[in-house]
Amino acid sequence: MIHAVWLIPALPLAGFLILLATGRRLGDPKAGYLATAMMVGSFIVAVGVFFDLMGMPGDERRFEQELFSWMSVGGLDVNVGFLVDPLSVTMALFVTGVGALIHLYSVGYMHGDERYPTFFVYLNLFAFAMLMLVLSNSFLLTFLGWEGVGACSYFLISFWFERPSAATAGKKAFVVNRIGDFGFMLAMFLIFATFGSLNYVPVLEEAGTLAKGTASAIALLLFVGAVGKSAQIPLYVWLPDAMEGPTPVSALIHAATMVTAGVFLMVRVNPILDVAPGVLTLIATIGALTAFFAATIACAQNDIKKVLAYSTVSQLGYMFLAVGSGAYIAAIFHMVTHAFFKALLFLGAGSVIHGMHDEQDMKRMGGLRKWMPITSGTFIVGWLAIAGVPPFSGFWSKDDILLGAWEKNRLLWLIGLVTALMTAYYMTRQVILVFYGGERWKAADRKTPSEAEAKPDHEPAAADGHGSGAHGDFKPHESPSTMALPLVVLAVLAAIGGILKSPLEHWLEPVLAHPHHFASSSSTKLGLILVTTVAALAGVGIAYLIWTGRRVKESAVEPQVLRRAWYVDELYQKVVEAPSRALANFSAFVVDAKVIDGTVNGVGALVRAGGSRLRTVQSGFVRNYALAVAVGAVAILAYAVARSA
Amino acid sequence: MSVPGAWYLGLAAMLFTIGGVGLLIRRNVLIMFMCVELMLNAVNLTFVTFARMLNDIGGQVVVFFVLVVAAAEVVVGLAIIVSIFRRRTEATADDISLLKG
Repeated sequence: MIHAVWLIPALPLAGFLILLATGRRLGDPKAGYLATAMMVGSFIVAVGVFFDLMGMPGDERRFEQELFSWMSVGGLDVNVGFLVDPLSVTMALFVTGVGALIHLYSVGYMHGDERYPTFFVYLNLFAFAMLMLVLSNSFLLTFLGWEGVGACSYFLISFWFERPSAATAGKKAFVVNRIGDFGFMLAMFLIFATFGSLNYVPVLEEAGTLAKGTASAIALLLFVGAVGKSAQIPLYVWLPDAMEGPTPVSALIHAATMVTAGVFLMVRVNPILDVAPGVLTLIATIGALTAFFAATIACAQNDIKKVLAYSTVSQLGYMFLAVGSGAYIAAIFHMVTHAFFKALLFLGAGSVIHGMHDEQDMKRMGGLRKWMPITSGTFIVGWLAIAGVPPFSGFWSKDDILLGAWEKNRLLWLIGLVTALMTAYYMTRQVILVFYGGERWKAADRKTPSEAEAKPDHEPAAADGHGSGAHGDFKPHESPSTMALPLVVLAVLAAIGGILKSPLEHWLEPVLAHPHHFASSSSTKLGLILVTTVAALAGVGIAYLIWTGRRVKESAVEPQVLRRAWYVDELYQKVVEAPSRALANFSAFVVDAKVIDGTVNGVGALVRAGGSRLRTVQSGFVRNYALAVAVGAVAILAYAVARSA
Repeated sequence: MSVPGAWYLGLAAMLFTIGGVGLLIRRNVLIMFMCVELMLNAVNLTFVTFARMLNDIGGQVVVFFVLVVAAAEVVVGLAIIVSIFRRRTEATADDISLLKG
């Protein structure tokens, strides 16, 4: 089955093409089921490839398949080919697996949307690009997927482009990602100049011979790309805004798969990183700071999806902390568990939004566990997993990362620990606000019906007759089975994902140049586990005390500076946008209007003035013309005579 | 007794000058037109003279071309003049400066 690896990306591509041609005719919900079937097929092939790879001896688990030559220019030969090794198969498995579940969820969630088939066209195209990214055997093909997922992210964030905020968020994501993409491109140029090849296998095999400076430059540029795609400081600003997209998109692209592409890339090039220890430290520092910074913001957000968005940024920071600490396996492990529990949380949030008829403000929810038993039950599993409560999956992966950080640098470990506490805090706050306490949506409905109606119509999926807050008999409802099933499956995975820990370690080891073994003694490990667990439980406890009794004033625990995300957007507006705007204005109204238009108009004016001088020659009097002819003839004659003489 | 070639050439030059000066100084379109004819025929005379002097039939052949062109020119020119007279009572060249830039 390993020779059928090309089918993994080919099936979503086929789905994309079929839906492009016949999507409208298939309509709602057949188009969605077709897209889901393609993803399931892709997942089955991935499982088959996985078992074939398992059958190989441990250190020979690598298979390269070249399909056809893409381009051949000078010394550059790029083939479309796939590199099957434990890393790419791990990625392919969870991308197709989680992707299939989210496709299924979307069938229910997007039901009734005007552009239902288009949504699945994009979703399948995204899956294709993401699978090209992880399975390709060269940097260039990975870059193709990299740009593909970026484009799909843009399409899907601004899927409801009638809303200006969605259109703007899409543009923001696209522009910010572009900055990172430049880093990736420059890294590729440098790799090609150094190795004369862009294929992973030769480049990574020779990485050990690199000069330290070159290795650092390549690693740094690739990291710039990863920072853009994986939303790290300073380029994380697009991810919270990306929540304008439909919720399945947030779950699939902006939590489980695309944003982890940066982490994947870093792990993929780990032989290069090993030669550049300075860059590793930088990666760990950026990761830890992002994790902490985003967690502080998540503590004060009221939008159910914004909390999860900042949480995603924070968890991605954890993954980079692991990469920077050399604990690559921990990074991939956390990526996988994060895909389970964050996809679960996002889908749960989508289910809540769906059930609440497009309400996203957590302060207007509460007590929903009675109305939505499946959603609340699965969401609570996701909460325990992300909070790091044993024995849920998040506990195991976070613990590995913190262990790696402990061995790298005690300060980074401390930041990670505080972040773990805050993660537990803000997730507990969210669960309490949404599922427990009084049913505030009743009061909110009665008090401000006009405000509720004026709210922009968020998910049009629910526009099946229930307007937001317009009904007296408003009741939250549980979501249909297509949405509930993925929730349950993901909840199971999020709960038991921890058992993947030791198989994953053995499985991924051959991919790494220098497998990182935790050197700490088992008593240190146990101590760290205890400290991490205590931190997680403390976070849960603090949130419980603050948010169940509501004894503390909201403004005290949600300072304005955190609500506004440390004013980073405003800062960027001042530092980046204002000068750019000034430059653009200068170009438009000075350079363009005066210099360029001036030159063009100047030439015109010159010709015009010359013409008006010249027109006096044309007097209209025949005798003048005749005289001119005579004078001309005499002149020519004179010249001829003078020459012959 | 034959007239020397130079005399013919002198006559041709005189005719040409008369035609050229007439074209420049007269205002009547018809007169100007006749001056042009005078110049053309002065040139014809030169051609014939040289043909005789140099014993080359080519000069006389060219005269036929000139005659044909002159005839065509007369047709067009007279047609224009006639249509000018239809619109105005006199044909003074300076009054017809419609193409003034």
